[in-house]
Amino acid sequence: MERRRSRREFLKTVAAGVGLASVAVVRPAGATPADMQAAVRKVVGGARVTPGKVKLDLPPLIENGNAVPLTVTVDSPMTEAQHVRAVHVFTEKNPQPYVVSFYLGPRAGRARVATRVRLADSQNVVAICELSDGSFWSDSAGVVVTLAACLEDGI
Amino acid sequence: MASALINVPPRARRGEIIEIKTLISHVMETGFRRTQLGAVIPRDIIRRFVCTYNGAEVFRADLHPAIAANPFIVFSTVATESGTLVFEWTGDNGFSVKETAAITVE
Amino acid sequence: MRLLLALNLLTVTASAVAGEIALSDRRSGYEFMSRETRAMQDDDTANPGMLWVLEGGALWSRKTGTGRACADCHGDAATSMKGVAARHPAFDASRRRPVSLEQRINVCRVDRQQAPALAYESRELLALTAYVARQSRGLPIDVATDARTQPFLDAGRATFQRRQGQLNLACAQCHDDNWGRQLAGNVIPQGHPTGYPLYRLEWQGLGSLQRRLRNCLVGIRAEPYEYGAPELVDLELYLMWRARGMPMDAPAVRP
Repeated sequence: MERRRSRREFLKTVAAGVGLASVAVVRPAGATPADMQAAVRKVVGGARVTPGKVKLDLPPLIENGNAVPLTVTVDSPMTEAQHVRAVHVFTEKNPQPYVVSFYLGPRAGRARVATRVRLADSQNVVAICELSDGSFWSDSAGVVVTLAACLEDGI
Repeated sequence: MASALINVPPRARRGEIIEIKTLISHVMETGFRRTQLGAVIPRDIIRRFVCTYNGAEVFRADLHPAIAANPFIVFSTVATESGTLVFEWTGDNGFSVKETAAITVE
Repeated sequence: MRLLLALNLLTVTASAVAGEIALSDRRSGYEFMSRETRAMQDDDTANPGMLWVLEGGALWSRKTGTGRACADCHGDAATSMKGVAARHPAFDASRRRPVSLEQRINVCRVDRQQAPALAYESRELLALTAYVARQSRGLPIDVATDARTQPFLDAGRATFQRRQGQLNLACAQCHDDNWGRQLAGNVIPQGHPTGYPLYRLEWQGLGSLQRRLRNCLVGIRAEPYEYGAPELVDLELYLMWRARGMPMDAPAVRP
């Protein structure tokens, strides 16, 4: 969040200079790729995760990180014998790595779920799907998050 | 006032895969924001969303603070029989909202 | 830091206020958004602003004050409120000045329903405003300009063109002279109010045009006018006049 931090430092100096109350902008430590890996381990256990089968759709660039449209799709017949049990989504740089877990099953008909997520900064997002045969598959996508110029709190 | 917008086709053919869209008003306060005086704004989110179809669970989602405010979830289910779809959102501070939609399957 | 440098460049290059955008060059903020954000607005089943419209519809029929609901006088909003938002701010004879749609709703509440006025940016006022504005969707903005409203329109124009704040910027410098160019990562829109009240992703909620104008004023480090201040209503009137003929698309979605 380099851009935000430098703007903030500049404003703190200005605020001090003109005698205004400085805005408290303490940000929590963000997650790291290692935190994300740990979260993934917690969900998949010791199983191996192979890239493939699941597709994570995110816009490559979004004007605001507060509501980023996200779709996960898994190419699966969704039968009793062969279906998607769950899809889990994680982020690298949000304050904590979990985003959402979707639980499907053969009654879904189609393994495609969409939602809107928050991204704290430009980063990679990872989707892991669990199939009925116990295997885990993954996909990742990078998103660039920009920011508007005129915000409410001026930061 | 928690209002919810649910979009379910009122009728479908047996075996048809139908898409369901749900939108519910909720602030989804992450627990990571602070007031201007530095106090943490406590977490207040929807944690679980469940859809049942004539009593059987057909979809479930576990939500974390990274889900955007006013959660929007689109999923699908197979139109198996006429009946009722029940949507339930539960979360922090005893949040619990239940909405229903009828479906005719021919 | 980058924002200040970028704005310094703007103040240097845009020496004089060049003038209003030609009518045929006007474009809604919708056109400056990404495909995904536009998709969020286009789908009523996905547009978070519709949650407020839904609540507004419920409030429309709810009895209040001396036991009257909006519906008791106005019936079906789809008919009675059609075009109303597109014509506000509108001149109010008893107050001898134009009033915004939010103020008009409160005039009804206080004078006709004998109910307390709803606070600016309260959930109820936003819901009712969104519900009424939704009934003007697709209709061209058509605020009346006559001898009565002219002085207020002129005052609004003057505010739009006046340099303000620590950054000493006029609205016109960004939104008339530099629309379409990048500022701090996003494109500068022309600043037309076609979609208000709207769901701003930054707010994670629905808000009024006055909330956005106050954000702009904070952005140029000017003291923002209070909600309902005559300066803001005059500016709303000017912005609606500047957008005359453009179709309303409330509740819009914007970053």
